[in-house]
Amino acid sequence: MEKEDILTALRTSFPEDVLETSTPLGDAAAVVKPEALAGIMAFLKAEPQAFTMLLDLTCVDHPDRLDRFEMVYHVFALEGARRLRVKASLPAAEPVIGSLAGLWKNAVWLEREAFDMFGVRFEGHPDLRRLFMYDGFEGHPLRKDYPLRGRQPRLPMRPDP
Amino acid sequence: MAGNFLTTRFEAMLAWGRKFSLFHYPYVTACCGMEYMSAACAHFDIDRFGAGWTRFSPRQSDLLLVVGTIAQKLAPVLKTVYDQMTEPKWVIAFGACTVSGGIYDNYAVVQGIDRVIPVDIYIPGCPPRPETVLDGLLKLQEKIKTQGQDWRWKKKTS
Repeated sequence: MEKEDILTALRTSFPEDVLETSTPLGDAAAVVKPEALAGIMAFLKAEPQAFTMLLDLTCVDHPDRLDRFEMVYHVFALEGARRLRVKASLPAAEPVIGSLAGLWKNAVWLEREAFDMFGVRFEGHPDLRRLFMYDGFEGHPLRKDYPLRGRQPRLPMRPDP
Repeated sequence: MAGNFLTTRFEAMLAWGRKFSLFHYPYVTACCGMEYMSAACAHFDIDRFGAGWTRFSPRQSDLLLVVGTIAQKLAPVLKTVYDQMTEPKWVIAFGACTVSGGIYDNYAVVQGIDRVIPVDIYIPGCPPRPETVLDGLLKLQEKIKTQGQDWRWKKKTS
């Protein structure tokens, strides 16, 4: 299955939900509606697409956009070493998207990281807690509006000079 | 007069013993650990200066080697380890991150471990070469030799 075939299959199976497909720099990429993401990813994981591996799941903050948070998913098919990138934009006010924890086990920690750093909530996640930052940390440090040196020490500390 | 003379001699002997029997606790969190390993192992061999015995219990060590980036999440752990060490104790900040936070001026990293615990010797470098580490160790020994041999908490309360 070649890149174009996968994108065509996506478009024909989800004509309403796939907003855009392209092959930038030779990689297949698709932009989809966030509410349809979980279904699309299940479709991609199933035969004959067989994207059995979730390589990465992350978020990008575009503060100038109305749909500020862009979720980026990279999936990989071991058969044929094919890759596909799927994106979905989430609104700034309420960034919520379906969880992939039921499809891929590694999505559990990846989604916890995205929640920790960007405050994106994943519906259906079994255990949505912070992954890196500690209890009591306020805000989401990789959001562009988080202060650059917004440190929240856990101990009394000599302040910055 | 004779009593005073004897005390001084005893302090010098105590200092000599202490500076050549530094049991260190390696608090290794990041890439500086590589340079620590090379300084500690046979090539550069800090055992030549009596600091070769690594103790993985803070209660048995008198030199805390803080090697690598200390995140805000880790700061209470570092403080606990320091508090658990028995007096007399010394601290070496090993590498740019422990000295000043290094390149990581962000939300996650403590900007120098001296914000959390007192530090005796700062070893700069990213990471420092083993020769720099040995130099720092020699400077610490010099400090131990010349400093008063009473304990810090005694100094604080008296």
